Amino acid sequence: MKGIFVDFDALFGHLGQHTVDGLSKGSIYALVALGYTLVYGVLRLINFAHSEVFMIGTFTVVGTWSVLGATDSPAIGTVILLLLAGLVAAAAVSGATAVAVERVAYRRLRRMNAPPLIFLITAIGLSLVLSEAFGIWQGRLVKGMPTVIERSVLFTIGNTEVTNVQVITVLAALIMMFGLDVFINRTRYGRGVRAVAQDPDTAALMGVNKDRVIALIFLLGGLLAGAAALLYCVRYGNTRFNVGFVLGLKAFTAAVLGGIGNLRGALLGGLLLGVVEVYAATLTSSAWEDVAAFVVLVVVLLFRPTGLLGESLGRARA
Amino acid sequence: MTETLRQINERRRHVTGGIGERWRALPKWQRAIGILAFVGFLYYLPLLGIPGLTWFRTDSIPQGNNWAGVLFLCAIYVLVAFGLNIVIGLAGLLDLGYVGFFAVGAYSVALFGSTQSPVVEGLQNRFGLSQDWAVAWAICLPLAILLTMISGVLLGWPTLRLRGDYLAIVTLGFGEIIRIIARNSDWTGGPQGIAAIPGPQGAPSPDNEIFGLIDAKPWYWLVLSVVILMVFAVRRLENSRVGRAWLAIREDEDAAAVMGVSGFKFKLWAFAMGAALGGLSGFLFASRGGFIEPTQFSAQLSILFVAMVVAGGAGNMAGVALGAFLLAYLPERFRDFSQYRTLVFGAALVLVMLFAPQGLIPSRRRARELKDRAKEAPANV
Repeated sequence: MKGIFVDFDALFGHLGQHTVDGLSKGSIYALVALGYTLVYGVLRLINFAHSEVFMIGTFTVVGTWSVLGATDSPAIGTVILLLLAGLVAAAAVSGATAVAVERVAYRRLRRMNAPPLIFLITAIGLSLVLSEAFGIWQGRLVKGMPTVIERSVLFTIGNTEVTNVQVITVLAALIMMFGLDVFINRTRYGRGVRAVAQDPDTAALMGVNKDRVIALIFLLGGLLAGAAALLYCVRYGNTRFNVGFVLGLKAFTAAVLGGIGNLRGALLGGLLLGVVEVYAATLTSSAWEDVAAFVVLVVVLLFRPTGLLGESLGRARA
Repeated sequence: MTETLRQINERRRHVTGGIGERWRALPKWQRAIGILAFVGFLYYLPLLGIPGLTWFRTDSIPQGNNWAGVLFLCAIYVLVAFGLNIVIGLAGLLDLGYVGFFAVGAYSVALFGSTQSPVVEGLQNRFGLSQDWAVAWAICLPLAILLTMISGVLLGWPTLRLRGDYLAIVTLGFGEIIRIIARNSDWTGGPQGIAAIPGPQGAPSPDNEIFGLIDAKPWYWLVLSVVILMVFAVRRLENSRVGRAWLAIREDEDAAAVMGVSGFKFKLWAFAMGAALGGLSGFLFASRGGFIEPTQFSAQLSILFVAMVVAGGAGNMAGVALGAFLLAYLPERFRDFSQYRTLVFGAALVLVMLFAPQGLIPSRRRARELKDRAKEAPANV
């Protein structure tokens, strides 16, 4: 029998372990979710092509590392160099892709004030183009890469072993999250973003350049997706032309879960989703983790239709 | 480049718009003759042998697929597009998990009609029935429609109160859940799927003279007849009280509510009716194939369905039928480019949406809505 049976011992015997694992998985979701949330908060549209922005980031990391001649578990200095180079390259390429997506797929439609459905279909089309282009160019098989960071236990709390990869993933996500929060809430550019999210027309009348703000949020989303791509490569050590599809779906779910358009909500939703998935996979089998993710989403939306923290890029200060 | 494309598009709009006007201006009897000739041509299509037109057959290229088989698939997709058109085009609800209903319909006939399905085997053991017993095909049909309608209501009940964008993601999740359940459960046959799915003549066997496994022509004619029936049925539905309520909700839900049109109730109706058509097409699809397995119902297929409806012209039955036909037919005819076909498909989708957002054959009402929106657009965007 392969039906659903629930194994509580497996979960509660190592609850801490699974929580840590879930948090590190969820950090990647959270970073990608920020891209969805930023665009949705300002433009009220699901940027379906964001998943491919992430996918391109992972391939950039692979390319950068192979150019730099990365090998399995190099010396510590080389590790830092490889991580930094991967981060800069992936963030730059992903950011540029995201901005290009906005120019090609959305700008014309925005001028026509087209209904959201049209945006969605263009985004789906562009998403197909990007992932297929990489499928043709890079082959359709899973692409491996050198294990730059050898997984090792950093410290142990009770029976919970925390590895270096998990610490790096969660820390990096938190730092970037904090940076974005400061950027949106404290800087001049961030004020422009919030103004356009609140009321585009009034913001435009007050002298905010709407096109520039929109390009900026796509750029920010792309940068974060590039960072997420690096963390994904460190954690999983492989990528594929269609890697974005499922991850994008999860990240969007995370954004909705936390309250789409809400930056802190994306973080909360991402981490929560990661933990839920790991719990569900332990309780039953990894085949059911996607079902658990969607069931949680539906239940949360039923009781809190605006997500856990509510939708509020425009009022992010409050 | 953009300028040239825009000009081409202007000319296309000029030409195709003119055809629509002239067609409607014709006397009724001339239109009737035209429609009859067109329908006759559709029935003749699998035998297509007119010199010059044989180029269109998919078996005119090396390793091309069976022409009648491709036509069958096109007809199935047209049926799917009609169903999804009710949800997206008429009621304006974005359903990204429509493949879920298609799968429920297909699995209904597989689970109850096939002697090899775990459900039928369970029933045989429980009630001491013979090894050959299974639910008859003709009974599976209403069963499939009933089950898909129920699943449509079950999905719609909690989710239709949500805003449009959330609905999209929740339905996408629903489609995935159906596929994951089909893959991971014992009673659905798991990843191996289910074989020996019956057709109108019972379980597949070499003795079936009409609805056999090899000749797809009768199957195409069967589905074509269903499609034609549905053209009439859906048109009646569109002009009924329910259909008008859908249009009202799509255009302005608040205004509709003020007028006493319950948004939730009619949206649920749209979901149920759309689901029923999806289930019917899944049912026919599974009967023809004789075998189904979970990977046939991927989320990518769902997205293809939405693309057929929107690119063809949501809300217009001729449009969505054209969209469905093109998206099913073109990849088969141009298999030489099979490596690039998804790429080209994606690019075509982007171009169509950028230059003809109302679809290839727009619904007149929707085109007006779009024009209104463009006028409402603020000057500085």
